[in-house]
Amino acid sequence: MSAAAEPGSAAPSDPAASAPAVRIRGLRAEFGSLVALDDVSLDIPRSRTTVLLGPSGSGKSTLLRSINLLERPSAGTIDLGDGPVELGGRLSRRTVRAVRARSTMVFQQFNLFAHLTALGNVTLAPIATRGLGRAEAEARGQELLAKVGLADKADAYPDRLSGGQQQRVAIARALAMEPDVLLFDEPTSALDPELAAEVVAVLADLAREDRTLVVVTHSLAFAQRVADKVVFLEGGRVLLDDEPGAFFDSDDERLVRFRDVIGSV
Amino acid sequence: MGRALELWTSSLPRLLEATIAVTIPLSLAAFALALVIAAAVALVRLYAPAPLRALASAYVWVFRGTPLVVQLFIVFFGLPNVGIVLPAFAAAVVTLALNTGAYASEAIRAAILSIPRGQFEAAQTLNLSRRDTFRRVVAPQGLRIALPPLANDFIDLVKGTSLVFAITLVDVFQVGRQIAATTFEPLVLYVEVAAIYLVIVSLLSLAQSQLEKRVSRHVRSS
Repeated sequence: MSAAAEPGSAAPSDPAASAPAVRIRGLRAEFGSLVALDDVSLDIPRSRTTVLLGPSGSGKSTLLRSINLLERPSAGTIDLGDGPVELGGRLSRRTVRAVRARSTMVFQQFNLFAHLTALGNVTLAPIATRGLGRAEAEARGQELLAKVGLADKADAYPDRLSGGQQQRVAIARALAMEPDVLLFDEPTSALDPELAAEVVAVLADLAREDRTLVVVTHSLAFAQRVADKVVFLEGGRVLLDDEPGAFFDSDDERLVRFRDVIGSV
Repeated sequence: MGRALELWTSSLPRLLEATIAVTIPLSLAAFALALVIAAAVALVRLYAPAPLRALASAYVWVFRGTPLVVQLFIVFFGLPNVGIVLPAFAAAVVTLALNTGAYASEAIRAAILSIPRGQFEAAQTLNLSRRDTFRRVVAPQGLRIALPPLANDFIDLVKGTSLVFAITLVDVFQVGRQIAATTFEPLVLYVEVAAIYLVIVSLLSLAQSQLEKRVSRHVRSS
């Protein structure tokens, strides 16, 4: 397996996937003297699940957050379908809004709005930013809560929900924005295995639905189960960008070491 | 004791009249204005460019660092020397608001700082505007944090209105002083005045706990 993978080399033959959902070119991010992303180029295929793997500090979360502009790389471009957005300078509010209209993040710590019920969390942004009427937003919100198995928790505040339930509400909240791309930043890392399983089940359902998912995870089992494509990062560089099989079969010593360490946890 | 009861009964109408005509409206107007000032100053200190931040900090420094009664004197007796003449009531409202605003801005600033970063990031990824983020996410959560210190500031302000007799206003305390001077019964009158303040503050405390319950619905045990 060559160390420097070519962007798009894993693009499946499905014609719907021919135009990538996200095109990332030459991304560079620094925090002080630390280089978090070093010239990262990558395509996120449409209607597929892409899993970002790598050791702690490899830059995978920074990469994911950059797609949503929650992190601002110092150079490079990202393109979610509205043309490349040039990073490094000041971005107009309109540009940022356009990028975020196409991608929505689900966080490791859920970040539900603590003062709102489950339904309130799911309807807040559609009402405020997408011009939906309350009745319409609530009907849609109920559907989404039912979809993540929480139809009976619509009126519960986050404080009364388990971590797994909170994360499922967060997923429903992201779905309510109807983004092209759903971004997941270690969605199960803050959860006990049992609660993580219910979140993984929801993710697996979404993966089957022809959606574009990008998931940062430490779970090899998850990658094996749902990934259509694996991107492995180390030290801010893409070491592998390929089908899951290529990742799990690779005898590159860095990948072998990573699989051993993570797989033994 | 009979004399005291008699005095209380006969003086109460005049004291209540002054309470309703001056002490209460002064408190309400000054606190409403103080909240506006406090919110603006808190936002400036958190998010504005450095020169504005410095200005806001200087305001807090001056108004927290000098006595209220001196501030009242400067505004009412001093400012006319530079052409700014305010009626006594307006001078009292402005000065009390500026004084309380300095304290309350710190309560609001602390409340905003207490909102976890994740709440802001969630608002960002959901494309909420800054305005919506503050109105729909930060304010409702921050209110729960800011409420107890703000209630303290309001109570301090109510009691602080007793200084306005010094700038010619006839509030409940001033009326009490007048009656005490003519009846030679300062103990009886000032205890009565104190009791009126105590009732007002008690009502405020009651309102505070009701409000706290309302803004804490989402928290399991508080």
